[in-house]
Amino acid sequence: MKRVSGRNLVVMLAVALFVGWLAARAEGQEAGKGEQAQETKRIKTPRERIAERYFPNVALTTHEGKKVRFYDDLMKGKIVIINFMYAKCEGSCPGTTANLLKLQQLLGDRVGKDIFMYSITLKPEQDTPEVLGRYAKAYKTKPGWLFLTGDPNDVELLRRSLGFIDRDPARDAVKSNHIGMLRYGNEPLMLWAGCPGMMQPSKIAHVIGLVDWPKAEEARRGGER
Amino acid sequence: MANISKFDRRAEKEKQQAARNRREIIAAGLSRRDMLKMGLLTSAGLLIPKRGLSARALNSAGLLSSGGGSPASPPTRPFVQPFTRMTVKQPVAALNPAPTVVPNTAAGEGRTIAHQAYAQFTPVKFYEVEQRLTNISVHPDLPLQPLWGFDGLVPGPLYVERYGQPILVRNHNNLPPDGQNGGFGKNRVTTHLHNGHTPSESDGFPCYHFGRGQFYDHHYPNVLAGVNSTHKDVGGDIQEAMGTLWYHDHMLDFTSQNVYKGLAGMYLLFNDRDTGDETTGFRLPSFGDGASDNSNFDVPMVFADQIYDPASGIIVMDTFNFDGVLGDRFLVNGKIQPVMHVHPRRYRFRWLDAGPSRFYELFFTDTNSLNTRIPFHQISTDGNLLDHPVQVESVRLGVAERADLIIDFSNYAGKTLYIENRLEQLDGRGPSGKVLPAGQGNLILKIVVDLPPIADNSADPATITRFYGLPDKTAAPRITRSFTFDRSNGNWTINGRFMDPECQEVRVHVQKDTVEHWIINNNSGGWQHPAHIHFEEFQFLSINGAPPASQPLVLNGRKDVVRLEHNMQTKTFFRFRDFEGKYPFHCHNVVHEDHAMMLIWEIGPTGDNNTLP
Repeated sequence: MKRVSGRNLVVMLAVALFVGWLAARAEGQEAGKGEQAQETKRIKTPRERIAERYFPNVALTTHEGKKVRFYDDLMKGKIVIINFMYAKCEGSCPGTTANLLKLQQLLGDRVGKDIFMYSITLKPEQDTPEVLGRYAKAYKTKPGWLFLTGDPNDVELLRRSLGFIDRDPARDAVKSNHIGMLRYGNEPLMLWAGCPGMMQPSKIAHVIGLVDWPKAEEARRGGER
Repeated sequence: MANISKFDRRAEKEKQQAARNRREIIAAGLSRRDMLKMGLLTSAGLLIPKRGLSARALNSAGLLSSGGGSPASPPTRPFVQPFTRMTVKQPVAALNPAPTVVPNTAAGEGRTIAHQAYAQFTPVKFYEVEQRLTNISVHPDLPLQPLWGFDGLVPGPLYVERYGQPILVRNHNNLPPDGQNGGFGKNRVTTHLHNGHTPSESDGFPCYHFGRGQFYDHHYPNVLAGVNSTHKDVGGDIQEAMGTLWYHDHMLDFTSQNVYKGLAGMYLLFNDRDTGDETTGFRLPSFGDGASDNSNFDVPMVFADQIYDPASGIIVMDTFNFDGVLGDRFLVNGKIQPVMHVHPRRYRFRWLDAGPSRFYELFFTDTNSLNTRIPFHQISTDGNLLDHPVQVESVRLGVAERADLIIDFSNYAGKTLYIENRLEQLDGRGPSGKVLPAGQGNLILKIVVDLPPIADNSADPATITRFYGLPDKTAAPRITRSFTFDRSNGNWTINGRFMDPECQEVRVHVQKDTVEHWIINNNSGGWQHPAHIHFEEFQFLSINGAPPASQPLVLNGRKDVVRLEHNMQTKTFFRFRDFEGKYPFHCHNVVHEDHAMMLIWEIGPTGDNNTLP
């Protein structure tokens, strides 16, 4: 028989009340934003579930100062390559950025057309659009590769949603330890994979071929023969 | 009563978990909107009362783990559905078009390399198998699952083969088009037979993948190592015999998704000693017809863990995860927590950890008598018979590891036992190392000893003093190489380097028919890695500096996975022989593998002298 002792019940209620209070407090802080979570009864498609789970539609600003929504403007319908970095990073970031620049050159004019590269800052407080703009300019990146910043809470939510975390909280707190992987994928085809950011650019281009549109993939494979 | 204490314990656990969750939520400074978004709050502002929010939702990182908090699966009643045996694969009379040595590209074959040993080991049996979308029940409380299965089965059909009988398997890729994967999975495939002594072009090499609409002929010679080298005159070294193999997809960067989606099955190899008939040879419990309770006492079991969407009840995978993914539902042969009925006699179970990332320590548990120890005999590691049966009380398995065992249910007539995983694992990093007390782990399979007594002609494993014996490992190596599994900036590396996804970079050139020592180490802190070497079995020379003689007896056998536990240092003995070509060496936490923790080595006429490849 499933039974809950009186003591445990009290504890569980206390926990529930505390969390309720916490939430109410949080709601107070949120007041004015007026976002209402509307749960629909319809079973969502796998693509919708992925978007809901991993791609919070937060507002971001590009290094060109443009306001964008993460899912609507950056993910939906696209092949994307995502990494996290920050401008003053002296660890793995400069190498990765230089590597991705070569990747952008290899992918040619498809970047900005159907393939998009996103470098999201880990330090939105420091990395204003202007800072990221100067960073992009210094590296001579081309259009189609966006450096992104935003409200620190939103950026943190994005980082966690996209899985760029270290399970060790102490390590996770040190930004210079950050995950140096790339997440690459094709949003409408629901193909998501990852590879090291420092992998040879031609090799990264190769794996992105694995999530390319069917026609492009066929053409590429035909070309290989 | 045991039941009451169990629930008190559970309540206690929930209480602790709730307290931890609360602390973590405070630490995270999550807003109500975040919490709603992450499915942690009901609209009334109460914490959703799911069991502990699952270890993955809020883990030791103190926050929502990869993927914005993996939801817990919907409830499923335990032990309400029967255990199922895998369907034995049946051969076909002929293949059309007939198999060719050179790839039959014109007919749509995706193979690119000619068979190297076809004429020497001409197939005597032919199979045709297809990967396709299937809708399968994993549990009566969940909807049918859109999985990918070989012949539409999950696990795939069971191959029952014999040494000396080469076969050819024509593998058709009939997976759905792009955009119809249900959220994860890549419709290009390459099927690896783990760990057959199979020429490279048929091994399921990660770069020999082929697309939908294509086929690929896999030639499995079913030969013993040494067949073309050290033991040419006797058809290979009997001490290298394997018994329990499995096959699974090995698609580059997508192995974890494709295997989790169902592309795995098992493959048994018998010979004139391990015969499948308990009245002959080693007299191990009979395989029989492979299907019925009264005939089949040699039962392969595939263990897997999965997670299902709380709204739809459909399988989901956390594809935004670099570490490894865990499920909160445990499956045996594709069913969540099934019930098996057995006779009071000896059985041979063949256990496989099919991953993707979980490690197990499996015990038999009597929940009515938790202090009762239930010993059994382990007879193999990774499908290779040990020197002799070893009595144990549990078996630990990392991903891809196998263990065969003999359990005698005659002592338990009328009782109910469970196969219980008592190894604590909270996230993809590997187990914590803690072995939970009996009854507090995951009960995976219920075994009811309620079938009538039946003849048992199998040998008592305690009386078996020797199987094949173990191969000599004193030969001097041509070279000793070191491989360190590591992690830097969240990247998975071997010797600090990544996999070449085009498989062109060959990191190790092994000279055919030579001995090598491979030092295989784990430097990646709190992580564990089941490191797998294709094609050849190895034997340990040392583990953490201690010679095998001082190790548990089961570690003296032949293996193909080095289960690298925390900071483990191992030295292994290999003989590379018989065939030439490329093979991978990789972490079998398949999420790590898919994130470049793999390298390519090749057997050829000459070897290199790189000690740190």
